[in-house]
Amino acid sequence: MLMLYVVTAFLYIALLFYLLFGGADFGAGIIELFTDDSKKERSRLLTYKAIGPIWEANHMWLIIAIVILFVGFPAIYTTLSIYLHIPLSLMLVGIIARGTAFIFRHYDPVIGNLQKVYNLIYVYSSFLTPFFLGNIAGTVISGRINPNASTFPEAYLYPWSGYFPVVVGLFTVCICGFLAAVFLIGEAEDDDDRRLFRNKAIRLNLLTVIAGGLVFLAAYVEEMALMTELLSNTVSLISLLLASISLPILWVQVKSLRYKSARALAAFQVTMILFALFYSIYPSFVIMEDSVLTLEGAAAGSSTLTALGIALLVGSAFILPALFYLIYSFQKKRFDQDTDIANMVAEEQGKIDL
Amino acid sequence: MDDFIAARSQMALSLGFHIIFACIGMIMPFFMAISHYLYLKKKNDHYRKLTVAWSKGVAIFFVTGAVSGTMLSFELGLLWPEFMLHAGPIFGMPFSLEGTAFFLEAIAIGFFLYGWGKFHPWFHWFTGVMVGVTGLASGILVVAANGWMNAPTGFDYVDGKFLNVDPMAAMFNDAWFTQALHMTLAAFVATGFAVAGIHAILLMRGKNNPLHRSALKIALSLGAVAAILQPLSGDISAKDVAQRQPAKIAAMEAHFHTESFAPLILGGIPDEDNKIVNYAIKIPGGLSFLAHGDFNAEVIGLDRIPEDEHPPVLITHLAFQIMVACGMILMMTGILWLFGQWRKKAFVDSRWFLTLLAFLTPLGFIAVEAGWVVTEVGRQPWIIYGIMKTRDGMTPMPGIVYSFWLYTFIYLSLSGIVTLLLIRQIRDLDKKETPLPTYPR
Repeated sequence: MLMLYVVTAFLYIALLFYLLFGGADFGAGIIELFTDDSKKERSRLLTYKAIGPIWEANHMWLIIAIVILFVGFPAIYTTLSIYLHIPLSLMLVGIIARGTAFIFRHYDPVIGNLQKVYNLIYVYSSFLTPFFLGNIAGTVISGRINPNASTFPEAYLYPWSGYFPVVVGLFTVCICGFLAAVFLIGEAEDDDDRRLFRNKAIRLNLLTVIAGGLVFLAAYVEEMALMTELLSNTVSLISLLLASISLPILWVQVKSLRYKSARALAAFQVTMILFALFYSIYPSFVIMEDSVLTLEGAAAGSSTLTALGIALLVGSAFILPALFYLIYSFQKKRFDQDTDIANMVAEEQGKIDL
Repeated sequence: MDDFIAARSQMALSLGFHIIFACIGMIMPFFMAISHYLYLKKKNDHYRKLTVAWSKGVAIFFVTGAVSGTMLSFELGLLWPEFMLHAGPIFGMPFSLEGTAFFLEAIAIGFFLYGWGKFHPWFHWFTGVMVGVTGLASGILVVAANGWMNAPTGFDYVDGKFLNVDPMAAMFNDAWFTQALHMTLAAFVATGFAVAGIHAILLMRGKNNPLHRSALKIALSLGAVAAILQPLSGDISAKDVAQRQPAKIAAMEAHFHTESFAPLILGGIPDEDNKIVNYAIKIPGGLSFLAHGDFNAEVIGLDRIPEDEHPPVLITHLAFQIMVACGMILMMTGILWLFGQWRKKAFVDSRWFLTLLAFLTPLGFIAVEAGWVVTEVGRQPWIIYGIMKTRDGMTPMPGIVYSFWLYTFIYLSLSGIVTLLLIRQIRDLDKKETPLPTYPR
């Protein structure tokens, strides 16, 4: 039983970290989509430098979450796989397109038309992937999945195509963009760039707040039980209030370019929102039309949970120090930054112009 | 195409694509680490250049392998939810460990690719080695999970329910070791010969520089040794499969009739309706010896297996023949090359030998794909051998045909782009003195 909690905790943490780290990563692409052409190349280089070393690791959280689901909570994994086949496939297309385009554009030594193709694929898939991620999350809690549905549209299209799932998708995109902008303020190397990302951070924060409001509106319009549950649960309500109260503080920090506290606050807000949501529906995980899937109800047997829990604990004992050292090395330990930039410039110039 | 065939084809396509990138992604880091080691020891600049060049290849293959692996972890559920509902908790142990290995690999590759000049050279070298070690561990763990589908253990199957699940027993199933050994060696052979072949082509084009010479030597040494060991591993596998999955070995050998002193059938086209093999060479007693180590042993034929549990014979047999033929050619080339190196024969640098290597470039991967077909198609109609039929594991969602075409399009375009990128990277290597990352002096 203890292991059920361990595994559940890992599941929530993996999902949160994917939203925070993977999200900031997607956000970098979203920002590129809304950057003037004149500044695109610079923003691209900066992004590459900032997220290059850790971007592979950022996406591993999704793998961890999915493995926990199919090993530990097979009923949840299979239900979502069946009824959300289409948005899951679209998200996968986004993941594969984005990951490969990001690497290909850096490792293609020829600057030619293909670069434009990579960039296009990269920015649009940076938008689509978190959209479908949010869309799926929205569907999971919306009560729109109906296992008794008899027609194709009812079973496979209706669940994820309502106002609520779509708005949650947009909300997720905004969160990603906002996280990235706040993150990149601290990565910028000159004041111009810092101001650029500061302005984007403020604008994206406003968009996020608006999109968040739309989520509530959509939930209200669709008469979802989620609303009452969220607002009647004291802990969830307090978390949401904390997230809101910290907003003005965040604006001040962003305005004055105090990027460390801004980063912490942005991460705090996203964590609070996710926590409020998970907490209000706990121990349910999937809310369907006339039933729910609870974590305990969907869990595998105790021998599997024990093995999975131990594997996760042992695994994190290896992963977390290594990951921490990776982030630390490339964030703080820029003892040789000049060489690094020189190498990078040399590498860029080394490309052949067609 | 009906949905069932579409689902199976999509899975086959996804795995067939992933397997190539996974193999290269887990073996090339070792080549890279050897070259890096030689650079750190001998300070010859061409080793540094080679290390950087190979590390770019590793980055491209790693990311393609990683995203296609991510897709697979979803596709298992998208296509086979009923299978995953029951199998997930049982064979999930290797996957949960693989998650860790994969994560560590992603961290290690971050350190390695961006670590030039930022860390102590030997720490930097160590992170490169870790990319290979964790990649290899991932590969072995995933193969162990596949082994469970061939040799399901770690549970009691009572009235259609999976009870008393023991994830550790499931991970260490009877097939995990033989399969993992065979796959790991295959990855070394395929990647070694492919890399050697590419550098042989470059040497033949008159780019007679020490970089390509060293590259060929590093890749082929590992590839040749693995190619020589592979038949031994194959023999262990064959005996193991003969014991556990008689239907699979019967399909591999197109062995229709149970008999003692069973012949080994080389080549030939099986005729499943008339239960004969046309145009084949038969070695009397060969199959009995291969399967049971005794020329007179009885080998169970397809006639002892219910008709509805027959794997497709034609595909399995042909794939097995292709795999063995490719493996033999690579083994003999490997022996020849090692002999030439040992006795310092001139032919290892000759044009005909380089031409031979060039032609052998794709052969190892053809063998890998063929071997994968043998093990997967040879298991049909089962998804969990003897327990659950593949058809019963499938998603209820109709229209999988469209999904199949979508994935086909994605994989074809990715293959095209990766090939193009590699060609460009290789051209770039010789075109100019690229400024390279280095360690501060």
